[in-house]
Amino acid sequence: MQSEPQAIDRPFIQSGRSKASDVRVRNLGDRVFYVTARTLASCVIVLALLLVADLFRGAWESIRQFGLGFIVGTTWDPVARIFGTLPTIIGTLVKAAIGLLLAVPISIGAAVFITFYVPKWVRPIISYPIELLAGIPSIVFGLWGLFVMVPVIRTAQIWLKAHFGWFFLFDGPAVYGVGVLSGSVILAIMVIPIVTAISRDILLTVPRLQIEGMLALGATKWEAISKVALPYARVGLVGAVILGLGRAIGETMAITMVGGNAFTIIQSLFDPVHSMASQIASEFTEATYSLYVSSLIYVGLVLFGITICVSLLAQLLIWRLSKGKVAIFE
Amino acid sequence: MNENLAVDEERDMSEPSLSEYSEPMDQPQPEETRIEVQGLSVHYGKTKAVKNVSLSIKSRKVTAIIGPSGCGKSTFIRCLNRMHEVTPGARVEGKVLLDGVDLYGPGTDPVEVRRKVGMVFQKPNPFPTMSIRDNVIAGFRLNGMRDRRLLEEKVEKSLHMAALWDEVKDQLHQPGTSLSGGQQQRLCIARALAVEPEVLLMDEPCSALDPIATAKIEELIHELKESVTIVIVTHNMQQAARVSDFTAFFYMGELVEFGVTSKIFTNPDKRQTEDYITGRFG
Repeated sequence: MQSEPQAIDRPFIQSGRSKASDVRVRNLGDRVFYVTARTLASCVIVLALLLVADLFRGAWESIRQFGLGFIVGTTWDPVARIFGTLPTIIGTLVKAAIGLLLAVPISIGAAVFITFYVPKWVRPIISYPIELLAGIPSIVFGLWGLFVMVPVIRTAQIWLKAHFGWFFLFDGPAVYGVGVLSGSVILAIMVIPIVTAISRDILLTVPRLQIEGMLALGATKWEAISKVALPYARVGLVGAVILGLGRAIGETMAITMVGGNAFTIIQSLFDPVHSMASQIASEFTEATYSLYVSSLIYVGLVLFGITICVSLLAQLLIWRLSKGKVAIFE
Repeated sequence: MNENLAVDEERDMSEPSLSEYSEPMDQPQPEETRIEVQGLSVHYGKTKAVKNVSLSIKSRKVTAIIGPSGCGKSTFIRCLNRMHEVTPGARVEGKVLLDGVDLYGPGTDPVEVRRKVGMVFQKPNPFPTMSIRDNVIAGFRLNGMRDRRLLEEKVEKSLHMAALWDEVKDQLHQPGTSLSGGQQQRLCIARALAVEPEVLLMDEPCSALDPIATAKIEELIHELKESVTIVIVTHNMQQAARVSDFTAFFYMGELVEFGVTSKIFTNPDKRQTEDYITGRFG
């Protein structure tokens, strides 16, 4: 109880020179707490660094063999011992992007509805089941996707191919059901709960006074939401979308089951293709020699790099959005 | 109009009230009623915040609503532009007639009401994602106005009316929140005026401001009443005495006394009013 306010005062304890030393003695408990917290926090950083180092160590053999050419290589031939991973990078990014494209409007729409259009007591009734979705193991999504969703999508694919086959996105060489489209849809379903929950929390932080300010000018509810509330919350909303993107890129199990797992550069929405994560998952047990294993770890390293790039881009975007403007969270 | 001539003299509170000016009968009645409140009651769930209030708000005059905290004055003013409807669970009985039209009648759109009856809030609330310019025309633009020249004119005119133009004319593209508190509040007034409301409601507009900024807003109120009807809620009685022509004293949700400001502050009819004004409670 005592330590809490003091923990906030940490900088003061840290630079205790300016204050009498008896303050520190009196707050021995706080000091212990501070040191403990700092140690635990540094553990997290050390762990992350160790992980990166180990990835590099594991991938080293492949890095030495293929260098950066691995990233643009389009051959994955364990028999000939040639590895390159461009098709899976494309597969991952395309599936994640389409997944988000499907998920974001639904999520933000749901969040707006829950926040602004529903009486307070109804909110949990709607948002609890949505959040429950986030807790479902991804293998369950995968099973459901494979047995329920994929056949439906396959029907849709056949129809699309028959009627809109002239459009290159709908002109896959084969209609298996599994593939980019199925992968994207399952990713969207998995990402919606997180993005919805975070967006809703962000939108709830928009001050009433802001919305009332717009209503008082003769705005309709929708005008107040779209012109004031959403812009006010935009930084947080971007953050929510990025978190969703992170999940979509790293998702493994469900995407392994419905993504199709072929090593090709995709031409259409129907092509089956590996994601980076699904490739590692499905081939790791088959990797029989060290360069093969090393190449799979290299894929993991590249995936890690992409995730970091995405989060840096997000930071940049958030920074640019809020630059020169007032801090969105006062 | 005669009325405009009277305005300057009005500032001196020792002057006889406007109602005592003799007007030729063939002139338009100077105390034209803009808003007529009839038997207004507001419930929040089970609590009754405003109880059976009737009063009339005169055109192009400043009406102050005073009273201790929780007396229902904010709730009352929010009923005049149907803003209380934003609060879940609020229920209204009675009538509010704006130029004879019931704001609560069937077929009256709250959005339309709020265009005619603007509002300024306790805390300055410029939109942080918009520039000063965009803040001013945020409401004006809602009806689809795109003409750049008209918009710029509107910005300048509204900022002039809010006595803010000279201070911000070189930084119109800065965010509205970059201004000081008093400037932000005047920006909010400019934003409300840009919609050309007939009535401007001010809900304790100076409670978050320092004395100098407060003085500026009060001065502004004097200028504005030449063109708009103003209803101001304030817990500062000196302010009510300084800026208003009429004063309504609310206590526990009831309208205790309503009349010409000079009379309310010098010779109130009711004991409660006198006690409050002389600082015996509240």
